[in-house]
Amino acid sequence: MSPRCETTSARARFLPWAPLLTLVVMVGPVVAGVLGTIAPAFGYMPALGGDGITLNAFAMLFDWPGITRASLLSVITGLAATAMSLLLVAMICAAWNGSRAFRVIERMLSPLLSVPHAAAAFGLAFLIAPSGWIARATSPWLTGWDRPPDLLILQDPYGVSLIAGLVVKEVPFLLLMTLAALSQIRARQARDTALALGYSPVTAWFKTVFPRVYTQIRLPVFAVLAFSMTVVDVALILGPTTPTTLSVQILKWMNDPDLGMRFLASAAAVWQLVLVVGALLLWRVGEIALAALGRRWVASGARGGATRTIRAISLTAALLSASAIVFGILGLLVWSFVGFWSFPDLLPGAFTTKTWMRHTMNLWPIVSETLIIASVATMAAMLLTLACLEAEERYGLRPGSRALWLLYVPLIVPQIAFLTGLQTLAIFTGIDGNRTAVIAVHIIFVLPYVFLSLADPFRAWDARYGHVARALGAGCNGVLWRVRLPMLLRPILTAAAVGFAVSIGQYLPTLLAGAGRVQTLTTEAVALASGGDRRVISVYALSQTALALLPFAFALFIPAIVWRNRKGLRHA
Amino acid sequence: MRDPGMTLDDVVIRRDGRTLVDISDRVAPGEVLTVMGPSGSGKSTLLSYIIGTLETGFDAAGRVILNGTDITDLAPEKRHVGILFQDELLFPHLSVGENLAFGLRASVKTRTARREQINTALEDIGLGGFADRDPETLSGGQKARVALMRMLLSDPKALLLDEPFSRLDTERRDQIRTLVFDQARAKGLPVLLVTHDHADADAAGGRVHRLS
Repeated sequence: MSPRCETTSARARFLPWAPLLTLVVMVGPVVAGVLGTIAPAFGYMPALGGDGITLNAFAMLFDWPGITRASLLSVITGLAATAMSLLLVAMICAAWNGSRAFRVIERMLSPLLSVPHAAAAFGLAFLIAPSGWIARATSPWLTGWDRPPDLLILQDPYGVSLIAGLVVKEVPFLLLMTLAALSQIRARQARDTALALGYSPVTAWFKTVFPRVYTQIRLPVFAVLAFSMTVVDVALILGPTTPTTLSVQILKWMNDPDLGMRFLASAAAVWQLVLVVGALLLWRVGEIALAALGRRWVASGARGGATRTIRAISLTAALLSASAIVFGILGLLVWSFVGFWSFPDLLPGAFTTKTWMRHTMNLWPIVSETLIIASVATMAAMLLTLACLEAEERYGLRPGSRALWLLYVPLIVPQIAFLTGLQTLAIFTGIDGNRTAVIAVHIIFVLPYVFLSLADPFRAWDARYGHVARALGAGCNGVLWRVRLPMLLRPILTAAAVGFAVSIGQYLPTLLAGAGRVQTLTTEAVALASGGDRRVISVYALSQTALALLPFAFALFIPAIVWRNRKGLRHA
Repeated sequence: MRDPGMTLDDVVIRRDGRTLVDISDRVAPGEVLTVMGPSGSGKSTLLSYIIGTLETGFDAAGRVILNGTDITDLAPEKRHVGILFQDELLFPHLSVGENLAFGLRASVKTRTARREQINTALEDIGLGGFADRDPETLSGGQKARVALMRMLLSDPKALLLDEPFSRLDTERRDQIRTLVFDQARAKGLPVLLVTHDHADADAAGGRVHRLS
């Protein structure tokens, strides 16, 4: 805590309130939204003539023939995607942590993370489709196909392609969170001690490091589980169609011109929330069971082995997961320039810029809308985050570990469960359907990510620089603006890039808060999914990816240029 | 000047009921008071208290009086107490000259006057022409000299030294030590040195206060 700051200016008076304001901006809409979902679910929506408490909507929901299958799909895809992502991340860390391959993987993380979910899903779809690259690469010499086979690989009824699409995007996220957790515990020492006791590297890591890492990444894992169960955009692209997943069905009911369907949609959203809570509890039970087994395994003293096999398997899986995104984007690039492409040729017979030319004019207003929303949302989130962190510094308003939960509230409460209610509230207060509403909703999701990426570097800054600066006559604001923020330029820009990418990728919040009238690259790209024109989809998905990647390039190059003669900040 | 020098008036600092520091003393202008004690004995805590950056969790009482003015309740930037740490803590985003400019008091107004004073200061410490250098490219001894000069340019009324010589090799250590003490004596500053190195205390030549 830095002592005795001036508190007379308006800005200084605002600062102590920053954490509360941030909380209201971030968690307030979630709470309001959940309430706005629950009320109509039980029949209460006076504007539509519902003023009693009934269970009619739930009766309708459970009469819907698809309910069992949709619910099962939600739970199974969520649990499977989360378990597979976590397992892969743990295996990678156990087998490769500290190696050169691991550093390569680390460096690929940011770009992989910033690829929007929708773009990654489209890329994967174009890879695995019956007429996709994988089928082309293996036809006809291996498969014997000279026409795209009539197979339901995409949007398969079991949600396998949906799970795959989720895993390739959640692995980089969980890996990043795991790396942050690893840097906070003395992982290396523990593992080396175990190695000296004769344990094989992978076993040593799982027995000594993983339990401590897991307690630190539990919240991100929960966020992944909730997200995977309820995701809408990826499910629209890769998920099954008859029936769809529950969240997609809720969106359909929400968009029904018959406003009465909102009762049903709200009931389904509440049911979706119940499913998520149930799955989280189930996961927790699984944690406890695995921990008990793990303790026995530790007590057994088994030294383990098979290091090479596990190394090979985990690296292959990681490469597969990363290449699904990389080749997916490459595929989008090829498709956006395709003139004519016959099966099973590996590359198109003719390239053309026609698709790009035809859509450039339409793209511009959408690109600028996307940029405005992302910039304002990121700036607002950045200001609130910096104000919170500085207030923590000046007034010792340090959040406890319980407050960390609050950051994850918007990430764990399913979007569909509270955005549904938020839209219902917005319609009857007349504030929906404009850019401001979309920005406000984006801030809810941008804030946690900006805060999570900036908090550690901000807190890790050596406070003695501040003490020296103050002894030299600088006030609290002087320390902040002239010393701390310039020194933290790189992490600040990185956090802004993360926030920007998060905003670019938002589908459901944009759609519901914008009432379909605010068009961003993401909403447009996903809307094109049902049309199936791969060329146009590719143009939109690529533009979306480029916009999300751009700030990461800035975050890399701006500090490198500004601090080119400052060796001390090269790795800051 | 009324009552010149720095007076520590019954300064007692406790943490969790344990007394870390208990000192009452007066340091005359140009005098060096050495505070010695093993690590963890609260030497640095005392300095934090004097410059006003003591963290919460400590229970501190007593007054710090500098040249007759009670500075105990002033903001750190209003105290005019200079400090040198074990690390030089040159601001890595500023050039050597900008680091000095950060220290140079704002009463030197025009740009040319400021630049001139900084160039002179650099020559005084044998680093003429270093103004545009990246501080990270300096040797340990050079950094120590810049840090000292940065502090002196802020026109401090007292000097606190937190083991500032322990990072330097033996040869440099004597050189920098002499430079610091000479400057303090020339400017008539009271100096408080905390260290666990007897050579530092001997070189300072003043009284020694021991913390247990």
